[in-house]
Amino acid sequence: MSKVVKRILITGNEACAEGAIRAGCRFYAGYPITPQNELIGYMSKRMREAGGTFIQAESELAAINMVFGAAAAGERAMTSSSGPGISLKQEGISYLSGCELPAVVVNVMRGGPGLGNIAPSQSDYFQATRGGGHGDYRTIVLAPASVEEFATFAFDAFDLADKYRIVTLVLTDGALGQMMEPVPGSLFSDMKPAKRQSKKGWILDGCRGRKARSIKSLFLKDGELEELNKKLQRKYEEISKKEVRCEVLYEKDSEIFLIAYGIVARIVKSCVEKMRKNGLKVGVIRPITLWPFPNDIISKAVSKAKSMLVVEMSEGQMVEDVRLAVGDKCKVRFYGRSGGNIPTEDEITKILIDSRRGK
Amino acid sequence: MKKVFSRSKLLKDVPTHYCPGCGHGIVHRLIAEVIEELGIREKTIGIAPVGCAVIAYDYWDFDVCEAAHGRTPAVATGIKRVLPDRIVFTYQGDGDLAAIGTSEILHTANRGENISVVFVNNGVYGMTGGQMAPTTLINQRTATTYSGRNPKLDGYPLNITDLLKYLNGAYYLERCSVHSPKEVLKTKQAIKKVLQNQIEGRGFSLVEVLSMCPTYWNMSTQQAVDWIGANVVKQYPLGIIKNGDQA
Repeated sequence: MSKVVKRILITGNEACAEGAIRAGCRFYAGYPITPQNELIGYMSKRMREAGGTFIQAESELAAINMVFGAAAAGERAMTSSSGPGISLKQEGISYLSGCELPAVVVNVMRGGPGLGNIAPSQSDYFQATRGGGHGDYRTIVLAPASVEEFATFAFDAFDLADKYRIVTLVLTDGALGQMMEPVPGSLFSDMKPAKRQSKKGWILDGCRGRKARSIKSLFLKDGELEELNKKLQRKYEEISKKEVRCEVLYEKDSEIFLIAYGIVARIVKSCVEKMRKNGLKVGVIRPITLWPFPNDIISKAVSKAKSMLVVEMSEGQMVEDVRLAVGDKCKVRFYGRSGGNIPTEDEITKILIDSRRGK
Repeated sequence: MKKVFSRSKLLKDVPTHYCPGCGHGIVHRLIAEVIEELGIREKTIGIAPVGCAVIAYDYWDFDVCEAAHGRTPAVATGIKRVLPDRIVFTYQGDGDLAAIGTSEILHTANRGENISVVFVNNGVYGMTGGQMAPTTLINQRTATTYSGRNPKLDGYPLNITDLLKYLNGAYYLERCSVHSPKEVLKTKQAIKKVLQNQIEGRGFSLVEVLSMCPTYWNMSTQQAVDWIGANVVKQYPLGIIKNGDQA
C-alpha cells in the first residue's frame, strides 16, 4: 500500500534548494554563511544525487564566477548566501548582467551593516533592488513570505532568468530560511518545469558547425556600450510591464493600507485580521516582486485610502519605493525594527491606533 | 616552392593592440597553432583575463569567454564541470593569476580541475600603465616602484608556480619563456602538453610563460629579450616544475 504524504515539514532553505532542483538547476556553487547553511548542506547531497554539479567554493567570489561559467555553458545555475556574502557576489552579478547570462541568486538576509549579526533582517532591500553592483543594470527580485513560497519562487526564478537572460534574486530572511513549516506533500512532485527555451544561439560549447563566438561585457568602441545599456533598459521595461507580482487584501474598502513584504507581511496580515474584527477598515499590500516594484497597484490603492503604513525589518528601505509610487497623494508612515528584531503585532497595532488618533 | 610556415587559421587576420616587442602576440599564435594541430578547435573554450589580453577573443577564431579580474579559473571550473568533454583553458597575466586571482588559481589547482592554464608572466601591469606586479623583480622600476621594488616595503617577487607544486591536485607545471626562438619552440611544446593532459583527463596543468613588456620595462625589444635571459630567469628558472607522469 503506498503511503500518501499529506504534509512535509521542511526548513525554508531546504525547500528552496529542492525547488531549484525541480526547476532543473544542475549547477550549484556556494560558500557557508549563516543563516543559509541548510541550503548549501541540502544541495551538497541532493545536487549530486540529481546528477548535477555541487562545488563548495573557496569564496563567494569564486562561487558566483563558477555560476557565471556554468551559465555561459548553458546550464541552469545557482548560488546562495547572506548579506556579507552577497556583497562579495555583486562583482559577478554585475558581469552576469553585462553579459546577459541567466542565473539565480538566493539571499537569506541577516542583520547588517558589516558583519552585523545572524538574526533575520530585511536590510539588503536597497542592494537587491538597485542592481547591487557597478553599472546600469537590474535584477528581478522575488520575495517569498512562506516556506512553500520560498520553494515555488526558487522554482519560478529559473524560468524568469532564462526567459529574459537576467539574474533573478530570491530575497528572503533568516527567519524564513531556518524555520520549519509544513508544505503540501505534493508540492515538489507537482513542480513540472515548462518547456525550456533553447540556449543554442548564444552559449559557449565549442564552435562545431557554427561561427566562433564570445561572451563579454566589455565594449570599447564608440557607442557600443550605450547601445547595450539601451537594450538592457528595453528588456527591463518589458519585465516591468509583464512580471509584476503583488498581493492585495481588502482592496475595496480599506482606509489604511499596511505595506510589507516577506515574513513581515505575515505579521501584518494577522494584525489586519484582528483589527477588521474590531471594525477597522484596514488592508494589506504585499509586494512579491520587489523589482519590478508594483507601483501601479500601490498608486491605484492610494486613490481610496487615507494613509499607508510601511513595516519593514530595516530602518526604512522599501518605504522609499512606496513614497515614489504614492507621491503626495497620501501620507506614508513607516515602522521598522532592525538588528535582528522582528516587529510585533502589538507594536504595529499601537502605531496604527496612534496614527488614527492623529499622533 | 615548399611552404614551411604560415599563419594559423585560428588566428584572425586583424591587427592586434599589442605594443611592438610584446610577447602576447607570440603566445596567442602558439596557442592557435597547437589547437589547430590537435584538431580541437570545435570543442575548445578559452577564458580571456582582465589585463592586456582582455580582448583575446578578437584575435582567436574559437569560442572565448570573458571573466572578471582573477576569477578566470572559477569561470573555467563552471564551464568544464558543465561540459566535461570540451577543452577549457584560461589565459592569464601575472596580475590576474598571482595577485587578485591567487585564491582562485590555488583552489582550482587544489581541486584538480581538468583544465589547462597559460600564465603569461611579464612582471608588470601593462594595461593600466606599468605598475608593480607580484612577479616584479627586486629593484625593478615600475610606475608604482619609482626607485625600484624594495622588498621591505613592496614585498618579494611571488613565485606562484613553484607554490602550486605542493598541491596534490596540480598535475603538471612547467615554466617556459618566449625570449628566444629556441625557448618559443619549447613553449609551444609545453602548451601542447598542458592541453594534451586535459584531453587525456590527467587534471590541472599549467604553463608559465616569461614574456617581454618593452614598453613598461622602458627598454628596446632587444634589451627586453636580453633582460629575460640575463635577469628574469634567475628569479623564475625555466623547466618542468612538476610532472604527474613521473609521480
